Amino acid sequence: CWANSVERKIYIPLNKTAPCVRLLNATHQIGCQSSMSGDTGVIHVVEKEQDLKWVLTDGPHPPYMVLLEGELFTRELMLQLKGSSRISGLAVAISKPSPAQGFSPGLKCPNDGFGVYSNNYGPQYAHCNWTVWNPLGNGLAYEDFNFPIFLLEDANETQVIKQCYQDHNLPQNGSVPEYPLCAMQLFAHMHAVTNTVTCMRRSSLQTAFSLNPEVCDALSDYNVWSTLKPINTSSKIDPMDEVIIVIDSHSFFWNVAPGAESAVASFVTHLAAAEALHKVPDVQKLPRNIMFTFFQGETFDYIGSSRMVYDMQMDKFPIRLDNIHSFLELSQVALRNSSVLWVHTDPVSRRNESIQPQVKTLVEALINSSMGANVTLQEVSQSQPLPPSSFQRFLRAKQIPGVVLADHRTSFQNRYYQSMYDTAENILMKYPEGLSPEETLDYVTDTAKVSAKHCFCPLLAGGWRRGGWRGSGCWVSRMLYGFLIKTNNSWFQSIIKQDLKGLLGDELPQHYIAVTTLVNTTQLVQYVLANLTGTVVNFTKEECLNPEKTPNPEKEMYVYTWVQGSRDPNSTSRVPFCVQSTVHLTKAASPAFELKQWGSTEYSTWTESRWKDIRARIFLVASKELEIITLVVGIAILILSLLATYFINAKAHVLFSSPGDGGAVAY
Amino acid sequence: MTAAVFIGCSFIAFGPALALCVCTIAAEPLRLLFLIAGGFFWLVSLLLSSLVWFIAVQIGGSNNASVKKNLLIFGVMVSVLLQEVFRFAYYKLLKKANKGLMTISQEETLPISVRQLSYVSGLGFGIMSGVFSLVNILTDSWGPGTVGIYGDSPQYFLSSAFMTLAIVLLHIFWGIVFFDACEKKKWWALALVILSHLLVSGVTFQNPQYEGSLVPSYIIMMLMATWAFFTAGGSLRNLKLCLMCRDKDFLLANQRPR
Repeated sequence: CWANSVERKIYIPLNKTAPCVRLLNATHQIGCQSSMSGDTGVIHVVEKEQDLKWVLTDGPHPPYMVLLEGELFTRELMLQLKGSSRISGLAVAISKPSPAQGFSPGLKCPNDGFGVYSNNYGPQYAHCNWTVWNPLGNGLAYEDFNFPIFLLEDANETQVIKQCYQDHNLPQNGSVPEYPLCAMQLFAHMHAVTNTVTCMRRSSLQTAFSLNPEVCDALSDYNVWSTLKPINTSSKIDPMDEVIIVIDSHSFFWNVAPGAESAVASFVTHLAAAEALHKVPDVQKLPRNIMFTFFQGETFDYIGSSRMVYDMQMDKFPIRLDNIHSFLELSQVALRNSSVLWVHTDPVSRRNESIQPQVKTLVEALINSSMGANVTLQEVSQSQPLPPSSFQRFLRAKQIPGVVLADHRTSFQNRYYQSMYDTAENILMKYPEGLSPEETLDYVTDTAKVSAKHCFCPLLAGGWRRGGWRGSGCWVSRMLYGFLIKTNNSWFQSIIKQDLKGLLGDELPQHYIAVTTLVNTTQLVQYVLANLTGTVVNFTKEECLNPEKTPNPEKEMYVYTWVQGSRDPNSTSRVPFCVQSTVHLTKAASPAFELKQWGSTEYSTWTESRWKDIRARIFLVASKELEIITLVVGIAILILSLLATYFINAKAHVLFSSPGDGGAVAY
Repeated sequence: MTAAVFIGCSFIAFGPALALCVCTIAAEPLRLLFLIAGGFFWLVSLLLSSLVWFIAVQIGGSNNASVKKNLLIFGVMVSVLLQEVFRFAYYKLLKKANKGLMTISQEETLPISVRQLSYVSGLGFGIMSGVFSLVNILTDSWGPGTVGIYGDSPQYFLSSAFMTLAIVLLHIFWGIVFFDACEKKKWWALALVILSHLLVSGVTFQNPQYEGSLVPSYIIMMLMATWAFFTAGGSLRNLKLCLMCRDKDFLLANQRPR
C-alpha cells in the first residue's frame, strides 16, 4: 500500500528505471542533474528524428519530457537536446534487440592519461594517436547534462507511458493537443558540484562541524587476489608470475553495468584457469608461484591496479614489484574472430635489452602451446601499443615483461563497450526455451565450451609446458550463468557464507564499482575463487571461524571460510563445511584519497555524488487557466461570505427576532 | 495541481466557515468552547462509525466489488445515524451544562441561548466534517498532477470542494432545526433532518457524475437554509426590513414598553 487512494488516482509510479547520476573527477563533473523537487514536463515520444522538431521548436507546451527510443540515443541528438531550454528531462527506452550499428557511451580512448603512454613514455602512442581502441565510443557518459535522464528498463512501463501519450498528447489533425496533458516527473537531485576537489573540500568542512553529511563519496571497493602456492609474508617470497583481470564495468546509467564482454567473460575464464591450474598434478613443485588478481574499478582510471602498485611501492602489500617475474593479462576475450586470440605487448619496454628477450620467450611459449588446441594465439604488430589494460599501471611503475591477451587485433571487437547492451546476448550466449533455472545453470552453452577449451592455463605453468588438461566447460557455463543471468542459483547458494543471503538476487547482475564497500560481484568472485581453488578441510565451525586458536604454523598462510554448502536432496537443511584457500581481499581505493591529493593527475580521482531521492512518475497536468479560475473562484467565495456574514451579523437582532421578543435581545 | 488549486479549493470549501468563525465565534469565548466541543463530538461519532465499518468489512470479506460497495453504503448510513445520535447527545449535554453554568454565574438569564448553541454546534459539526472530507484531497492537490490518468473526471478537486461547502452549511442548518425540534418536541422535524442527511449522503454515490450529486445537494441546502431561517426566528417581513434599510425605524418602533 504505497500511497493513499487519492494519490493512487493521480500518479503512476515508474518502478523499473535507472537514473543517470553525477560523477566527478579532479577537473570535471559528468552525468545528469535535476532540480531539488524534480523536473516536470509534458511527455513527447520521439521515435524518429522529425519528432524532435516538435520538442525543440514547434510544441506549444514547453518544457517537454522526451521519451526516446534506444536507437536514437546518439551523440548528435543528445547535443541538440543539451542546448535547448525546452527540455526538462529525458527517458530512454532500452532498445530490444540492441542497436545494430553498435553503441558505446564510453570514450574513444578509454582511461587516457592514466595508462603508461604519455609525453614522456611513448609519446607517439599517447592519446590513441596510433590506434583508436574504441572507435564507436561517443563519449556520452562523460558529458554533463543539466536535466535528468532515466533508463526505462521495463517494456511494459514504456508501453504505459506511450499509451498515456497517445490518449492525451497526440496532436489531432494538426491542431494543438488540449489540456489535460500527460506529463512525467523525474527526481534525481545530486548534491555534489563542479569537481572532486570542490566536493571533497565541502564534505570535509561539513563533517568537521557536523553540519551535514558528505556530499560525495570516492568510488572504492576491494581487489581479490590469490596465489597458487601459499605464501608466508615473513619469509622470502619466491619470484612469481601475475595473472591479472578486470571485474567491473560501467554504462551511462547508475548501476547498469552488465559488462559481459568487457569484464565478465574474461574474469570467468580467469576463474576457470585458476581452478584448472590448481588441479594440475605437481603444481606445487613449480619454480615460480602464480598470483591471480582481480582488479575492481579499472573502468574509472585504474582504481584497483593503481592502488595495488602504490601498496607494493609503499611496502603495504606482501609482494613487491621486484618479486614479479612477468605479467599476463586477459582483456576482452569472448568475441573471437575465427578463434584467434591476439597477444599484445608494449613496444617501448621491449626496446630495453633486458626486457625484450623475456617478452619474446613469453610470447613464443604462448604461441607454441596453443598449437593443436582449438584456439590459436597470434602476435600483433610489435610497433602497436598496449590496449587499455591494468598492466599499463604496473609498467608505469617499473618495466616488467608482460603480455595482454585480447580478442581484437587493433580496435575493440566489442561494439557495446561499457554500455547497457553489453549483455549475455552480446557474447552470443543462448539458452533453449523452456529450461528450468536448474537446467539453465547446468546447460553448457557454446560460449562456455569455447572459453573452456581455449583455456591457456597449461601455458602459465613455470616451464610454460603444455599440460594435459580436461577443461571443465561445466564450471565456465555455471559461472557465466551466475554472473550474467541470475546470481541466485543453487551453486552460488552453496558456496557463500550463511549470513549473506542478501548477496544473491533474481535480477540481472550488474558490475558497477559503486561506493559501498564490497559489492556483490567482488564477494561472489571471492567465494567462487575460494571454492574452485581451495580445499575442503575437516574443521568444526569454531575452528574454521577462529583459526588462530589452534596452533599450527601453516594456518597463517591460509584463509578459512565457513560456507553453507548445498542442500541435502532429502531434507531442507544444508551441510556446511570449511574451505581452506589463499584468497585475500585488498582495498581498491585510489591513492589520491589516501594522500588527499584530490586534484591528482597521477591517480584516479573519481567520486560519485550523493542524493536523497530518485524516482519517476507520470500523471496528467491541467491547464494554467483552470488553476487560476479555481483560485479566483475560491477568493471570490471567501470575500462574498465575509461580506454576507458581516451583514447578517450586524442585522441579526432584526433578522432573527420574532414578534414576541422584547427590546433586549442578547445577541 | 499546484498551489493555486490548493488555495482555491480550501477557500471554496472553508471560506464561509472561516467567515462565520471570524465574525461570530472568535469574539465570544463561550461560543468558541462549544464550537470545539461540537467538533469533538462529531469526531467521536466518526470514530464509532469507522469501527462499525471496519468490523463489517472484516466479517463480510473484501473480494467482490459489489459487496464492497454495499458495505460502503451500509457504512455511510450507519455513520449518518451515529452523527445524528451524537448531535442529540450534544444537545442533552449542552442543556445540562447550561443549567450548571447558570447556577455558577448567578445570573438570571442563560449565558447562551439554545438558538445560539444550535448554530454553534452545527458549525462545529460542519467544520470538523469538512476538514475530514477534504484534507486528504487538499494535500494531493498541492502536487503537480491532477486526477484523470485512469479515466476519472479532472474536476475531482473542484467538485469535492463544492460538496464540502454544501456539507458545512448543511450541518449548520441541520443543527438549528434539530435543536429547535428537540426543544419543542417536534419529532417529525427531527425525522426530516435525519432523512435529508441520509439523502445528501446517499446522493454522493452518484459520483463521478458530479451533476447528479452536487445539484441535489445544493437544492437540499437551499431548502434547509430557508427552514433554518424561519426556525431561527426570521420572517419575510424582517428580511424586507433589513434589505430596505428600515431596520432602525423598526427598532425604534419596538422600543415601546409593552
